[in-house]
Amino acid sequence: MTRPTRLDGNVLAGPLSEVFSVDLTAAARLCSVCGDEGVCAQLLVYADGPGLVARCPGCAVLVLRLVRTPHGVVLDLGGTGCVTIPLGEEP
Amino acid sequence: MPSWTTATLEADRWETPTARTLVLSVPGWAGHRPGQHVDVQLRAEDGYTAERSYSIASASGPDRLELTVQLAPGGEVSPYLVQEFRPGDRVRVRGPLGGWFVWRTADPDPVVLVGGGSGVVPLASMVRERRRTGGRALFRILYSLRSPDDRYYAGDLGAASDPGVDVFLAYTRSAPPGSVRGAKRLSVADLNTHGFPAEFTPLCYVCGPTGFVETVADGLIALGHDPRRIRTERYGSGGGR
Repeated sequence: MTRPTRLDGNVLAGPLSEVFSVDLTAAARLCSVCGDEGVCAQLLVYADGPGLVARCPGCAVLVLRLVRTPHGVVLDLGGTGCVTIPLGEEP
Repeated sequence: MPSWTTATLEADRWETPTARTLVLSVPGWAGHRPGQHVDVQLRAEDGYTAERSYSIASASGPDRLELTVQLAPGGEVSPYLVQEFRPGDRVRVRGPLGGWFVWRTADPDPVVLVGGGSGVVPLASMVRERRRTGGRALFRILYSLRSPDDRYYAGDLGAASDPGVDVFLAYTRSAPPGSVRGAKRLSVADLNTHGFPAEFTPLCYVCGPTGFVETVADGLIALGHDPRRIRTERYGSGGGR
């Protein structure tokens, strides 16, 4: 069995752009489980399965799952925590 | 919001025997911020699609962008883009994408750029955008590569026309004859010698294979750099993204 390939939240930018009109990868995230403060681009992302799975870099809690099906996009934001999205100005 | 659009191959350049720069014509493309990427989508005749993310290599400009694609043996997308994609052929692209792994040309702070293999691609975009805009921010680039034959952008990255941009080549498998350093992995000592001191509070951009990125980021933190000033992009285990 090969080890899963770990990517990061930068790779979520395209898939999330199908759902959100702002770039979530540059948004600050406060983890509700471990208190980790970072940006969504720093999430650890696993793309070996049928979709994308993002985990907190601090505590590995499951933050987000995104799967495209023939009928649409299934988005699980169960562990998102608190996200602060910059509007207008460039970060 | 980025949406899928058609890109046509206009020209190409071989950077190494297994890495090809694609000059894509994308009518309506409004430019990008250096460090951003695009998603490229291939569609088979039976409707099956495959998508991969590739960093933009060029400076920002209208209606055109350049990607450098590293051949990943057994890959689903890169063998087509490197070996079969011909001028006039089309793919779909979505972007520009990502708002965090980007360099602001107006930012005067010194910058440390660390790239492993094809991870040098978005860093090249930053250097080229600095050149295009007449930027003065000091850049120090540490480029980790296996051998001289694996070097991207020779003659461009580290060109004399870029005052204030220093390039250090860290060979990991074989170094040119006469090299004092020899061939070894990029070390904390290399980061210390060829980066900026942490007291200068530089912005640090690290891009490459996942293990490389995590090792370098840990090394920068060990040298006292503020983790909040370190921006990372992981390409996974393969050579390309």
